[in-house]
Order: sequence, then C-alpha cells, then structure tokens
Amino acid sequence: MDEARLNAIVDAVVRELLALQPEQSAPPRAETPPAPQPQAAPQVQPAPAQPTRAAAFPAPVLAPLPAAPSAKPAQPAPPSGELRIDLPDPTEAQRRVQPGVARPVNPQALESMIASTTARIGVGRAGPRYRTTAQLLLQADHAVTQDALMRNVDPKLLDEFGLFTVQTRVTGGKQEYLLRPDLGRSLNDDSRRIIAEKCARGANLQVCVGDGLSAAAIEANLRQIFPVIRQGAQSAGLALGTPFYIQYCRVGVLNDIGELLNPDVVVLLIGERPGLGRAESMSAYMAFRPKAGDNDADRNVICNIFEGGGTNPLEAGAVVIQMAQNMIRHQASGVKLKLVGQ
Amino acid sequence: MLLRTKLFGKTYEFPDLRILMGKANEEKSGDQLAGVAADTTAERAAARFVLAEVPLWVLRQNPAVPYDQDEVTRVIEDAVNETVYNEIKDWTVGEFREWLLADTTTGEMIRRISNGLTAEMIAAVTKLMSNMDLMYGASKIRVSAHCNNTIGLAGTLSSRNQPNHPVDSPEGIRAELYEGLSYGSGDSVIGINPADDSYSSVSRLLDMTYDVIRTWEIPTQNCVLAHVTTQMQCMRSGSPVGLVFQSICGSQKGNRSFGISVDMLDEADALAKKYCFPTGPSYMYFETGQGSALSANAHNGWDQLTMEARNYGLAKRYNPFQVNTVVGFIGPEYLYDARQIQRAGLEDHFMGKLTGIPMGCDACYTNHARADQNAIENLAVMLAAAGCNYFMGIPMGDDSMLSYQCTSFHDTAALRQLLKLRPAPEFEQWMESLGLMKNGILTGRAGDPTLFLKR
Ligand code: B12
Repeated sequence: MDEARLNAIVDAVVRELLALQPEQSAPPRAETPPAPQPQAAPQVQPAPAQPTRAAAFPAPVLAPLPAAPSAKPAQPAPPSGELRIDLPDPTEAQRRVQPGVARPVNPQALESMIASTTARIGVGRAGPRYRTTAQLLLQADHAVTQDALMRNVDPKLLDEFGLFTVQTRVTGGKQEYLLRPDLGRSLNDDSRRIIAEKCARGANLQVCVGDGLSAAAIEANLRQIFPVIRQGAQSAGLALGTPFYIQYCRVGVLNDIGELLNPDVVVLLIGERPGLGRAESMSAYMAFRPKAGDNDADRNVICNIFEGGGTNPLEAGAVVIQMAQNMIRHQASGVKLKLVGQ
Repeated sequence: MLLRTKLFGKTYEFPDLRILMGKANEEKSGDQLAGVAADTTAERAAARFVLAEVPLWVLRQNPAVPYDQDEVTRVIEDAVNETVYNEIKDWTVGEFREWLLADTTTGEMIRRISNGLTAEMIAAVTKLMSNMDLMYGASKIRVSAHCNNTIGLAGTLSSRNQPNHPVDSPEGIRAELYEGLSYGSGDSVIGINPADDSYSSVSRLLDMTYDVIRTWEIPTQNCVLAHVTTQMQCMRSGSPVGLVFQSICGSQKGNRSFGISVDMLDEADALAKKYCFPTGPSYMYFETGQGSALSANAHNGWDQLTMEARNYGLAKRYNPFQVNTVVGFIGPEYLYDARQIQRAGLEDHFMGKLTGIPMGCDACYTNHARADQNAIENLAVMLAAAGCNYFMGIPMGDDSMLSYQCTSFHDTAALRQLLKLRPAPEFEQWMESLGLMKNGILTGRAGDPTLFLKR
C-alpha cells in the first residue's frame, strides 16, 4: 500500500472536512444511557486517550483490586453496624484499565502494556482463575452486548445523508435475519424496482450501507466515513452512484447490487457482529463488478473500523478510495486482485 | 435403496442416504436452514435405527459430493487403504460404534482402522454417539505431531496463544503475547489472526513473533493466519514462518469461495517444507467449523456434520501439526445455542481424532448466539476430558478483533490443574527454566507479562 499517497488523501480530506463542519466531529453515541453519577467514587478522571472499549455502551471501570483477597468493604460501615454498599460504576474507562497483577516486576510498564490494546490483559489471577472484579466485568459486558443486538439504525442519520431504505428478503424481523442469512443476501422485489428507478447506473463507485449485525456500528461511523468517501471519490475522479441503505443486510447482497446497477466497484459499509461490550465496529466490503454467483474469494474487506483503538473511520474512507482505484486499475478484486498485485 | 423402519407402530421411510444422514443428527439450526433436519424427535430416533443398520460400504459408495465433481471427495477416496477397508466394509454403523467403544479396542487399533475410512462413515457413526460416547471414544485416540515441539501426547494439554489486536499493532500484540506466555499459553503455536491481510503487515507480525521466540528461546512456532496466498508470498520473500495456516471447507465449491484449491494447498505445503524454520515434519495448520459449506451454498444438500467430517479427510493429506474446529464461531444460524455448540464441539473433536489428525478445538460463541462463558467453560472441561490436543488462549477469552468469546489463558492453566494435564513437554521445561511452573502448577511469578520485558 502506497502510504504517502494514502496519507495525502486522508490529510486533504480531513482538512476539507474540518473546514466544512467543525461541529460534526464528535462521534454519535449510539446508546449511551446517562452515566450514573457515582456517589462515593474516587475521582473520575477524563477518559484516557488510549483505546477504550465500548463507545456504544456505558463506559468501563475496574475497581481498584486489593493486592491480596482482603475483604475491604467499599465503604467503612457506620458505627451502627448497618451494612452500606454503594459502589462506583465499574464500567468507567478509567477503572477498566486498572492493573490486577499482584506484584508485577515492572508496574509502570504494565500500565502502558494495558494501554496498548483493547484486550483484557494485566488482569492478574486468583489461582488459575480470574480475579473477582475482572470476572464480574466480563459478565456485565456480556449482558449489555446482548441487549444492544436487536436495534435498527436511526432513520434520522439516514436522512442526513439522503439515503433511501430498501430491504432484503427477510420479512420476520431481526430474529429471522439472524437465522436466515440466505434471505439477507438477496434484495426483495420492491427494493429491486425502487433501486432501478432511483439509482444511476454504471458508476465508478457505488456506495451502500447495511445494518448487518450491528446498527450501532453504522451510527458510530457513518458521519465520519461517508463524507471522506464522497470527497475522496471526487478528488480521485471517480463517479459516484446513488447511495442507499439496506435493512437486514448480509455481505452477499453485493451481487444483487452489481447485477442491478453495473458499477465498477461496490462498497458496502456494514455492521460487524458485536464484540463483548463493543458494538461500534464496522467493515467495508468491496467488490469489482460483482455479479450473481460471486463469493467471498471475489471480495475484499477493510475491517474493525471504529474510533479509539480500531481503524479510524476517516482513514478507512481514504483506504476505500484507494482500494477502489486499485480494483479498477487491475480490473479485479479479492484473491485475484492479490495475485495480480503480487 | 430402501430405508425404512417402524417406531411405536408408525412407519418412517427415508428416500435416500442424504436425507437419512440429515435426519439422524442432533437438532441444529444449520440443518434446519438446509432443510435436512428431522421434523420430530421421533423421526430423528427412527432415522438412527435405520442408520445403525447401514453397512460401511454403502457410505463409501455414496459420498456427499460425487467423485467426478469434487476434489475433496477424490482426496479422501484416493487415500483409503483397501486392505483395511476390506476388513471393515461389511460392518454396520451400529456395529462400528460398539467396536470403537469396546474395552478390547485400543487407540492403536483405531488409528489403523482410520486409514480405511471415508468422511461419510465417520460422520455416520458420530450421529449414533451420545455426548459421553464422543468423549470416551475420542479419549482412546491419541494423535500427536511434531514441529518445534510435540503436541497431543497423552497427559498433555496445549494452548494456542492468540494475541489478536483490532489494528494489528505490534506493540499491543506483544503485550498480549507476553501475558499469555506468563500463564503458559503458546505451546501449540503463537498464532495471530490479522485484521489487515496485506503482505507488509503480515510479514511484520511474523518478524515480531519470531523475534520473541528467539529472544526467549521458546520451543514453539509462530503463524499469522492470513489468507494462504499472503503467507506463501511471505515464505517466498524470506519471512520466518513456523506454521502455514488456512481455513478449509468440505467441498471443492466451498474451498473456491475461500479462494483456495487442493493444488494451492499442495503448493503451500511444498513451500512450507522448503522454507519454514522449525524442525518439522509437520508444518500445516487448518481451521474448520460446521456451517461453512452451507454458508457458501456449497453443501450439495448435505447436513453440516457430514460436510465437516470431509474437512478432516482433506486436512489429513497434509500431515498437519494441528487442526481445530472453531465451533460456534459463525453464529446462531448454524449452531443456535450453548447446547448445539457443545454437541458440535464434541462431534468435531471426535471426528478429527477418528480421522487420525491432531485435533484441538476453539470452543467459542458469538454474542448473537444464545450462549455464555459458562457454557464454553463446560465444553472445555468435556473436551479436555476427551483428550483434546489444545484450546485457544485469549485474554480473558474475549477476542477484541474477531468479536467472539472463547477460552482464555486462565482456562488452560485451570484445566491443566483441574485434570492433571501438562503443557507440551518441551514447553513445560521452558516454563520451569523461567520459574513460571513447578510440578505442573503455576508459580507466584506466573501471570505477570512484564516479566518478559527483561531481555
Ligand atoms: C465470521 C468471519 C468468517 C467466517 C465467515 C462465515 C460466515 N458465514 O459468516 C469464516 C470462518 C468462514 C471466515 C473465513 C475467512 N476469513 Co473471516 N472473518 C469473520 C469475522 C470474524 C466476522 C465477520 C462479520 O462480522 N461479518 C459481518 C456480517 C454481517 O457479514 P455476513 O454477510 O454475515 O458474513 C460474511 C462475511 O463475514 C464474509 N467474510 C468473512 N471473512 C471474510 C474474509 C474476507 C477476506 C472476505 C472478502 C469476506 C469475509 O463471509 C460471510 C459470508 O459471505 C471477521 C472479523 C471482523 N471483525 O469482521 C473475519 C475477517 C473478515 N476474516 C478474515 C480472513 C482473513 C478470513 C480468511 C481469509 C482466513 C483464511 N486464511 O482462510 C477466511 C476465508 C474468507 C473467504 N474468502 O471466504 C479477516 C480479513 C482480513 C482482511 N482485511 O482481508 C477478518 C477481518 C479477520 C480475520 N483475520 O479472521 N471468516
């Protein structure tokens, strides 16, 4: 990958973006219940700049772990002897990164190691098992992830970018979507008609957006990536097709889009399956002249697009443009593109 | 072919082997999606009565995809040892099950019979096995392999150190890798799933992991699980490669959708023998999982368990160092809940061992399936009891790049201490030399990744 060129595109696009809409740079919070004000909490510092988990969920926290399993209560019991447990939120970012290793050789280095990844390291152990807080946090993250699965993309966001909505052959809601990937790979008849009516054919780059397995991912990234793709295409001289949104979408729907609109390249921005405590990760799946019968070997993907630890959506937008140019230059995508590119 | 039985006075008839094999399976959402699942529990039971009477030669003669249409079928069929096959071809599936479980049947005897089997025979007998049958049967069959160390010996349990990172940051990956090593994870392989499949990124991770292996003189091998074509480019360009990885599928059409073919795998295997740095002789690593053929519409109408068994027949061709199913990885459309994932995990491990390959398991689930960490811990205990070669080691079982949950660094340590299992012998020695383990138990130094910042 030509890094200098990539950086140039990103820089140019970012500069343009900032000049245009200075206020829109904050990522949308997909599902942020008001953070409960911890009452007797130790002071909560501003979230660190390192990768944090869960933009789409209440933020993390690891309660300070005792070095030995001593039973220190969170609050000293009042003289009456009445038990009072009043905990700060263990899911706040600052608390999540608290080391749990009992006596590390290098405590400072441990903190920077923890900061270098979104994975749960430096957690220490109770024998060969997890420490209590770390274990409970894992369970809490699982609970919140499950709750976030069934949502739809906010229609206001789609309006903002003038995206009209079409649908695959799924008719029975999210539950059917989950169990019938075959239906999610094919557009329904109405949608085919609407697309044929509304969309320009034969574009160089057709952009589509799909919910996939996470609406929160689209909500978290679309405002960043979409303008970069639009403007990046313009500066690269690529004619854009009419963009639209696909409800109950799977990656395989690329083939239908190719058949209907004959673009050179299709890019599908789609929600990845949600990770534990994180649902904002998006992918861009791309294909050169997709057609019926094509499969994953004919496609490329740019994955893990999210702010704060993943591929930044602005940068990802630039990579999409570069990938599209590459596909057009070599008239290929997928494994074939790799083999001709070698 | 007449395939019929009465059950509780009612007649059940199955039109062909394909339908019979589908209906004999435990309930799975993927078989329902494929339209081959039993309609009722009684029909499932009836199908099993009939399947138990089918002789093995019939299964050989009716592969899931015909010989002339499918190279996976050809690989398996052409590898059958005819002498062994002739001894067993008239056994019924029910008799085969009892032979496997008999106290007089040893692991050695089973390893020999493996060479006369095809994937469809292995799948068929698996359908007649209960969960404990699968555990007990598999526990007899040890399949070990050597690369830089030895995996799969009796009494051992290994762990793939899987330090994945959302943007492949070498710094972040190294931190996770150290954490895992400090718990004794990494004797199967240090294996990274890359977020970026490009040559430059993949080769950088190979260099970094090789550097750690050399610096700490770890008896293990590295692997970056990019598409095999990327790894081939890395080998040709002189990158330090330990194992060569590829996901495989149970039919030629499925493999095409993964961008591979038998020819390509043959070439990768030959390159591995030419360029990989470890001792060998095994250099290949494969992953599989029920549902991938159906997902690519490449199942030819067959059930997912049978398609899965075919993976193992293909893998065997390459004398791999390790193979694991990633059971529960894709989602609820193929394995709906904890129960289905557990069942499939036991089936896959058993089938791999019966095929004669060094089988491990990525026991896992996604957040859109109905399962949780307890379910996966249960499965890990069951599989460890069954003699599973290795599990994955991920920080607290939460993979922040692949977005799924599986077994952790802690889990391997706990399973070893719970079931009196040891790491691969060379690796245990290495842990002891660093003071991380004594008599199979983690020492007070274990669990501290900063230990590895010293060299
Ligand atoms: C699930 C998954 C798979 C499953 C897909 C099966 C299924 N039916 O869902 C299986 C196990 C088969 C798989 C296989 C591979 N995968 Co994969 N996979 C994923 C994962 C974990 C989640 C994808 C997701 O959420 N999709 C969103 C939903 C809505 O899409 P869907 O329509 O339901 O499912 C489709 C996509 O997932 C697609 N897909 C899955 N993997 C890949 C890889 C490539 C290169 C392409 C083009 C498409 C593709 O296949 C599905 C069916 O069409 C991602 C990680 C991530 N964070 O995204 C990696 C990921 C996309 N896979 C990756 C890779 C490398 C592969 C393999 C090439 C590995 C190998 N060496 O064989 C193979 C073969 C891919 C191919 N050409 O078919 C990389 C891609 C890196 C890159 N930038 O190119 C990722 C990012 C991470 C990783 N290392 O595994 N994968």
